[in-house]
Amino acid sequence: MAGIPHDHYEPKTSGEKWLHSRLPIVGLLYDTIMIPTPKNLNWWWIWGIVLAFCLVLQIVTGIVLVMHYTPSADLAFASVEHIMRNVNGGHMLRYLHANGASLFFVAVYIHLFRGLFYGSYKAPREITWIIGMLIFVAMMATGFMGYVLPWGQMSFWGATVITGLFGAIPFIGESIQTWLLGGPAVDNATLNRFFSLHYLLPFVIAALVVVHIWAFHTTGNNNPTGVEVRRGSKEEVKKDTLPFWPYFVIKDLFALAVVLTVFWAVVGFMPNYLGHPDNYLEANPLVTPAHIVPEWYFLPFYAILRAFTSEVWVVQFASFITGGIVDAKFFGVLAMFGAILVMALTPWLDTSSVRSGKFRPMFKWWFYLLIIDFMALMWLGAMPAQEPYASFSLIASAYWFAYFLIILPILGVIEKPGEIPATIEDDFEAHYGKSSDASAPAATPAE
Amino acid sequence: MFKKLAIGAVLALAPVASLAAGGGGHVEDYSFSFEGPFGKYDTNQLQRGLQIYTEVCAACHGLKQVPIRTLADEGGPSLPEDQVRAYAAQTFEVFDPELEDFRPAKPTDHFPANTAAGAPDLSLMAKSRAGFHGPYGTGINQLFKGIGGPEYIASILAGYEEAPDCAPEDFNGYYNTVFAPGGYPDECKIYDEHGVEIGRKAPGSWIAMAPPLAGEDVEFADGHSNELHHEAQDVAAFLMWAAEPKMMARKQAGLVGVIFLTILSVLLYLTNKRLWAPVKGKRDDA
Repeated sequence: MAGIPHDHYEPKTSGEKWLHSRLPIVGLLYDTIMIPTPKNLNWWWIWGIVLAFCLVLQIVTGIVLVMHYTPSADLAFASVEHIMRNVNGGHMLRYLHANGASLFFVAVYIHLFRGLFYGSYKAPREITWIIGMLIFVAMMATGFMGYVLPWGQMSFWGATVITGLFGAIPFIGESIQTWLLGGPAVDNATLNRFFSLHYLLPFVIAALVVVHIWAFHTTGNNNPTGVEVRRGSKEEVKKDTLPFWPYFVIKDLFALAVVLTVFWAVVGFMPNYLGHPDNYLEANPLVTPAHIVPEWYFLPFYAILRAFTSEVWVVQFASFITGGIVDAKFFGVLAMFGAILVMALTPWLDTSSVRSGKFRPMFKWWFYLLIIDFMALMWLGAMPAQEPYASFSLIASAYWFAYFLIILPILGVIEKPGEIPATIEDDFEAHYGKSSDASAPAATPAE
Repeated sequence: MFKKLAIGAVLALAPVASLAAGGGGHVEDYSFSFEGPFGKYDTNQLQRGLQIYTEVCAACHGLKQVPIRTLADEGGPSLPEDQVRAYAAQTFEVFDPELEDFRPAKPTDHFPANTAAGAPDLSLMAKSRAGFHGPYGTGINQLFKGIGGPEYIASILAGYEEAPDCAPEDFNGYYNTVFAPGGYPDECKIYDEHGVEIGRKAPGSWIAMAPPLAGEDVEFADGHSNELHHEAQDVAAFLMWAAEPKMMARKQAGLVGVIFLTILSVLLYLTNKRLWAPVKGKRDDA
């Protein structure tokens, strides 16, 4: 693999040499696991492992659940109850899978905001960032379709509302919606195609994850200082980095164990906490729930979707300019997808030459405000569509766009950055002092 | 979790109206044996609840997701198997497509569905209603109290009262102080000068179900109190079991898992500390 110079795998035995000359797979694994990793990574860097774990957890529990689930509008709800009541360990499998989705999104949001703070999206890591955004979008599609499968009331009406968004597209919207649903309304055909795609997309995500890892293994990890690893020689690299195994594997496993302790407590003691009670009512096309609320991880974007009503001047302006083609509903849909698009474009919107937010005195505060904004949007997404929530949603949505489209470009020009350490080694030693044996930073075996 | 934290954070700053759905009445926080991480079902209570369901509720409400055989399961009503067989045969008739006729139910059958009176199925009722949302709408108290479904059911059952004087005599349904989504007579609403509703004279609403329990509806073999609020709690506990029959196994798995993962975390913490000690310029045994 290109990138930071380090020792590569050398086949020693004749068997290893035989395999290596035909398929260098051991070398590939070795290079991947032994990649030089900046030694100053902090705890915000552990969520990648949590995410990898979540993907495996969801695929494994999902495959077993599929063995007992029936994708049919008449039988789906009862088959989920069959899993809960009759399948050995089925109740745990289902609760792990349902809450696993939530853990997945907790981890992805922290991972994503970590990237936004430390400038992990900046050159040369734009591809890693873009792939990450694709994974995020695929995760949202997978999560949404998975929530439809139990065929409860929220499944059904959530699907009706969300597919209705595509109906808002001018001229072709209705055809697209019908095509997505496989009919005029959410029905058996919808359930079956969602099931098929819900099974397919995780494998697409897995492939994207491989590319994501490949990309940042080529550029090397970012780190809290945003200072690049010196790569003049292997000796120089060793001063700034440690091999991923064992240092970061053990560190990440420790963090994963702590995260999983909390996760397991939620699954064991309050597995329905993040779900909606209405989804224990079987889907009924004739009864609309009082409040249709998406899963918590969609709420920020749902709030943005609803914020742009026909009373907002931007919406009226857009409608006037386009001769009414862009109405409030379509504007909301554009805003929702736009909210994700502006995130994807961050590498080109951020004009600052400084990578890490740690050394950007003004950026910091705008970023913290963005975190509060995101939390506020999440809360507002769960509130009914009425005042004062509507006005708050509009303000919070406006800040979301302003952060990416106005604040980031301007800050890079006007901000005076703080003092940045020259090397990762300097940063590390400022925290921990010099290594006791800098030339061979390896663990001494326990006596 | 994120959402709830967000809600907590924001609500701490700005006092906002309660998140409780609708204009529902007060859900009484009954104390159930199965609340909290260590909560367990009370076998005797589940058996009493089954008796109430069978003698009263089953007339109108089905329980179609629940296999009758699970009455014998551990962590449930734990009836002896011969009793379950006798209960099934004597209580329910099911339609057998092979016989093309009705026959007495067997333990392998489910409780029958019952749509005769248009009453909802009760299999999952205790999980499809949330009674608790606090503190500050975060719902964290569910860890200790449960989601509040059984409390909601018991509160409804004990929540019938004389209709307030403002209501017309012939208003449809039965007045219940807890039930929120039912009909409500205009005569009992309070309007401002613009004709906008600003309040209600009485909590709750009118429910289609006639008061199913009045107290002393059943006689328990163990001589347990059959006052209304006891009956309401017993049947609510039974319905919680019907909705979540594996709850005790789940909490057990939760406890074992948390203990195991805590030990694993400690071991990995020590491993990590030892591993990094030389790198961080600290002595190995520091």
